Amino acid sequence: MTMAEPRPLTAGPAAAARPVYQIERLSKTYARNRLTALTDVHLTLHKGEFVSVVGSSGCGKSTLLKIMSGLLPPTTGRVVLEGKPVTGPRDDIGMMFQQATLLPWKTTLQNIILPIEIRQGRAAARAAIPRANELLRLVGLGDFAHVYPAELSGGMAQRASICRMLISNPAVLLLDEPFSALDELTRDFMNMELQRICAEQRATAFLVTHSLAEAVILSDRILVMKPRPGRIVEEIVIDLPRPRTLEMINTPRFGEIVAHIRDLLGKEAFQ
Amino acid sequence: MTATPDPNADTVWVEPVALIDRIPRWVAMLALAAVVIAIWDLATARMAWVSPIILPSPAETLADLIFVGQNLASGGYMLEALWTTTRTVFWAFLIATAIGFSLGVLVGETKFGERAVMPYLVAIDTMPKVAFAPLFIAWLGFDIASKVALAAFIATFPIIVSTAAGLYAASENERMLFKSIGASRLQTLFRLKLPTGLPHIFTGLKIAAVGVMAGAITGEFLGGGQGFGALIRQSASTMDTPRVFALILYLSLLGLALFFAVAWLQKRLVFWNKADRPGGVG
Repeated sequence: MTMAEPRPLTAGPAAAARPVYQIERLSKTYARNRLTALTDVHLTLHKGEFVSVVGSSGCGKSTLLKIMSGLLPPTTGRVVLEGKPVTGPRDDIGMMFQQATLLPWKTTLQNIILPIEIRQGRAAARAAIPRANELLRLVGLGDFAHVYPAELSGGMAQRASICRMLISNPAVLLLDEPFSALDELTRDFMNMELQRICAEQRATAFLVTHSLAEAVILSDRILVMKPRPGRIVEEIVIDLPRPRTLEMINTPRFGEIVAHIRDLLGKEAFQ
Repeated sequence: MTATPDPNADTVWVEPVALIDRIPRWVAMLALAAVVIAIWDLATARMAWVSPIILPSPAETLADLIFVGQNLASGGYMLEALWTTTRTVFWAFLIATAIGFSLGVLVGETKFGERAVMPYLVAIDTMPKVAFAPLFIAWLGFDIASKVALAAFIATFPIIVSTAAGLYAASENERMLFKSIGASRLQTLFRLKLPTGLPHIFTGLKIAAVGVMAGAITGEFLGGGQGFGALIRQSASTMDTPRVFALILYLSLLGLALFFAVAWLQKRLVFWNKADRPGGVG
């Protein structure tokens, strides 16, 4: 199988595109318990590319995401977004978490402009309302701008949090298992929505997930990570055509790719 | 002989509903009050099991309730006493809220507060605070100030604890969100932690509303003065038990008013928290 071979980073379909996020020789050591969470991570995200990372618990993928989002400093290495080193949270980084994390005392619209309000004040937030409404229409929540989060379903709440992530036009989207709290049917639907939104916005996205099927259906490339110490052991280019559909889950090619990743991770689990 | 049931008939049966679920709440409350008053009447007026000095009959109590009510309505000396106590309670609640909230933020938001201040607060909180009453009287005299101080002293601690607990209530995800959108510490405090903590803070305010009443009346028992507590003590010392009962009932109206004022404010401010309706007393 060709996909089993580690490929150079330029092999992906987005090879011609401009690099957006670059990580070189990244490592993270927690001094307190002498734990090496990450070692020798190299990674480049190109404009418009969707990259996922999969791996068992404790393989360092959450640590990697936190470093990429500027929430945690690296121990060694270079972390560069749009030519500027990441030394803290930035407004050109959009984040999405497992929970929608909408503030219950703010309407959907007010939640979406929260990042602008925090960074640039109320006047700028008011000026962002037209764009927020546009984003709400993009995710199909046009009629829910003035509704409080308690009245939104789980899937709708996560769609609102997609808008909040997109409001500041981020250069990269960091997605931390964004739909893992949703039921399976909603999750499939939301993944297709995410694909559509990323395509429309030409977004560069980085997804951390436990679900191999989710990673395969969404990604151009998948990075497989292993723990002790946390490292990237293989990069798999997903050659399924775009746009992806849920029916592709039943194709032999999809099955092969999932089986291959499961095999890689399974070996680790029993070693 | 029983008829064979028709196997094609609809399976319709009625789920049993308990009596208490079928009657309106006010009916249940009135029924309970009626039973209690009937037993009370039986024990005092009808059978005289209890001496009237210990427990007056419902009729005597009602007569005194009407008398005290008339005095209050006509602006007599009792209204003046009630006004004194109301002022005491109002100022004590305000001071307790200001001090309790400030110390609560100090303890809940800063490491210094949590590590250095909190142990002292816990130590003071475990003391029987009423025992400080003579000190407050010695420091502030027999006027309203010593009662305000005692009442505020008692009511401050639940507000400190609930404010500090409220500041811890924001979830890890919410903190991470605020960090990732570059919120400063003050922004995180005012835009996330305080609003999230409001339900906790209001729980503390409700406990404080009860505490401030107890503190004000205790202060008036011990320090004399013009308040309702002094009236109750005078009536008790002349064995005028019906009057004591009547005064306590009117006093409870003051406590209820304060409690529901807090509950009303909570309903306005914490409109998103459906689980915490003021109707559910507590």
